[in-house]
Amino acid sequence: MTDSVSTTRGARAGEDATAPVLELRGLRVGFDTDDGRITAVDGVSFAIGNGEALALVGESGCGKSVTALSILRLLPRSARISGGEVRYRGRDLLALDEHAMRAYRGDRIAMIFQEPMTSLNPVMTIGDQVGEPLRIHRDASRAEARKRAVELLDIVQIPDARSRVDDYPHQLSGGMRQRAMIAMALACSPELLIADEPTTALDVTIQAGILELLASLRKSLGLSILLITHNLGIVAEFCERAVVMYTGRIVEDARVDTLFREPKHPYTRGLLASLPRLSSGARRLSTIPGVVPDLRKLPTGCTFNPRCPELMPICPSAVPALMPAGGGSRARCFLYGDATETERGA
Amino acid sequence: MSETLLEVRELRKHFPVRRGLLARTVGAVRAVDGVSFSIAKGETLGLVGESGSGKTTTGRCVLRLVEPSHGEIRFDGADLRALDSESMRRMRRHMQIVFQDPYGSLNPRMRVETLIGEPLEIHEPSMKKVERRVRVASLMERVGLSPDQMRRFPHEFSGGQRQRIGIARALATSPKFLVLDEPVSALDVSVQAQVINLLQDLQRDLGLTYLFIAHDLAVVEHISQRVVVMYLGKIMEEASRDEIYARPQHPYTKSLLSAVPVPEPGAKRSRIQLKGDIPSPAAPPPGCVFQTRCPIAQERCRVEEPLLVDAGEGHRVACHFPG
Ligand SMILES: Nc1ncnc2c1ncn2[C@@H]1O[C@H](COP(=O)(O)OP(=O)(O)OP(=O)(O)O)[C@@H](O)[C@H]1O
Ligand SMILES: Nc1ncnc2c1ncn2[C@@H]1O[C@H](COP(=O)(O)OP(=O)(O)OP(=O)(O)O)[C@@H](O)[C@H]1O
Ligand SMILES: [Mg+2]
Ligand SMILES: [Mg+2]
Repeated sequence: MTDSVSTTRGARAGEDATAPVLELRGLRVGFDTDDGRITAVDGVSFAIGNGEALALVGESGCGKSVTALSILRLLPRSARISGGEVRYRGRDLLALDEHAMRAYRGDRIAMIFQEPMTSLNPVMTIGDQVGEPLRIHRDASRAEARKRAVELLDIVQIPDARSRVDDYPHQLSGGMRQRAMIAMALACSPELLIADEPTTALDVTIQAGILELLASLRKSLGLSILLITHNLGIVAEFCERAVVMYTGRIVEDARVDTLFREPKHPYTRGLLASLPRLSSGARRLSTIPGVVPDLRKLPTGCTFNPRCPELMPICPSAVPALMPAGGGSRARCFLYGDATETERGA
Repeated sequence: MSETLLEVRELRKHFPVRRGLLARTVGAVRAVDGVSFSIAKGETLGLVGESGSGKTTTGRCVLRLVEPSHGEIRFDGADLRALDSESMRRMRRHMQIVFQDPYGSLNPRMRVETLIGEPLEIHEPSMKKVERRVRVASLMERVGLSPDQMRRFPHEFSGGQRQRIGIARALATSPKFLVLDEPVSALDVSVQAQVINLLQDLQRDLGLTYLFIAHDLAVVEHISQRVVVMYLGKIMEEASRDEIYARPQHPYTKSLLSAVPVPEPGAKRSRIQLKGDIPSPAAPPPGCVFQTRCPIAQERCRVEEPLLVDAGEGHRVACHFPG
């Protein structure tokens, strides 16, 4: 039985153990909507190494969740992946058939969402749900799955796990439900955890506990984490590297300490400057003028150009490539060179 | 000491819990349970606390949008709870509210002109339509919207713009006092900063007084002069902004402040981890309401409720073992 639920780390058939856990190359995702086609994710590339925590940050609608759902191929029907690769230890997940994909989803790659209530089944006990991935992926018996569920609930520090295992989701508080979601995600000892705004719906004191739990699991289990958040405080505390998105494109990719000390892209600078900070003494916030544009009516060239304090003549006419910007950072901005991207095709 | 505009004493709001076919009352949710504070003219009082602590209910009780179960509310010298409904209606033009959700709080079938002008229709029925339109146009300009967009519907605006519509509507009757209930919580950071600056400009130019409700402690620190911290319907601590952020005395305030992730990589911090969950306000624990999660609770805390005591210069703390 221990075998059936033990860790299955290391490369499998078709994988390369030396490749990054996850690598996205030029991912492009569109939606067919009533008023035409929009490109929600436009040429996104990044890699996550062993045990690394990468933050995907940006304002509402910039394409964070669509990127995450593309990795697990959980996109809604109206979405279409029109280009790029999603490589897991070198193996292109986008090329797999649905059956092969199932060996990744919930097994080697697990995901937790913002609102645990909508992702937990209200008529199934917590124990059955936490144990379910083991039944699916490890052929565990009911009794085995239940036993392991108690252990997992213990690991995520749900008090009195032995009796909580028989509770239904509505009997748990928001924080407990999110812990149960994490327990479920850990069931098959994944290598990669994708967490999409895992604490946004929670109070700060509860959030602090969940982040602490994730940090300790990361250490003890050697998890790699893709953390999606719009909270720059969480990025600073939790991640080593961050990717900043704007209108479906990566505008900056940097080590977290560099990002906060020396943000390169004018958008990142604007975001950091507009944060009210505890005990900063500043009495007026700096702002980014205007609003995030609608994906249906994107400005030409660099999509940030109408709001940019560094606007240059070239900005509205060409899309800058993601260029080395010093300090190991990359930024999609003509301040750092004149390399351009080929204009977005459909 | 400047002049007091609003004074709230011993405010309580208990919602009945009903069960069964006959909807018998079987208990009460103590949403607000004995809250007292005052706000000076031109001041911003920040009201913080976790979900369910009673912030919104407090804000609504102050405007009598929900009827308090108990307590006194004095606004500009008037005893609000003694007013009949006609006098209260007339009083409302001086006290308005802006809601959190810029999507849900505006009637989707009303044009912006009607939305912003509606309070004027109610409170100044004699105002001519053209006059009202001129006033709506100037309100739109005041909050940074183009009057050209007067004929549009809310869904044609972004979140930040919708919040500006809500603010313009609240300002229509030239109120003295605004309850701002999480006015920027639903907005993205870059837009949030614009709306916070707008609120500060309006306060300065129009001499407004704010009750600013939020759960984001950094936002509250930025905008408030004084801060009240609530937990389970009660005030745990109140002090000037500088005092409460630099020298919090209540263990709950301390843990709340320590839990905020700060956007500075490598910042050293000692987090005070709270155990367990917030108890139900229908069955608050005996003694101090915070004792079930408090890292320093002792026997006394389980039996005796601490009073909110002034420790000097208006720094009030409800704890047997503050500091
Ligand atoms: N089912 C869909 N149909 C059409 N457009 C969609 C759909 N899902 C997402 N989009 C669009 O794709 C873009 C990216 O959405 P996504 O959910 O990835 O944003 P996000 O960065 O996760 O934002 P948030 O911070 O609000 O969660 C948005 O502009 C959104 O409107
Ligand atoms: N109409 C109502 N009937 C019954 N209970 C209510 C009602 N309104 C609020 N409550 C309860 O009163 C308590 C305080 O609610 P309130 O909305 O004031 O909290 P809050 O501090 O504003 O929380 P949040 O941060 O989530 O907005 C909660 O337990 C809530 O469920
Ligand atoms: Mg999202
Ligand atoms: Mg509220």
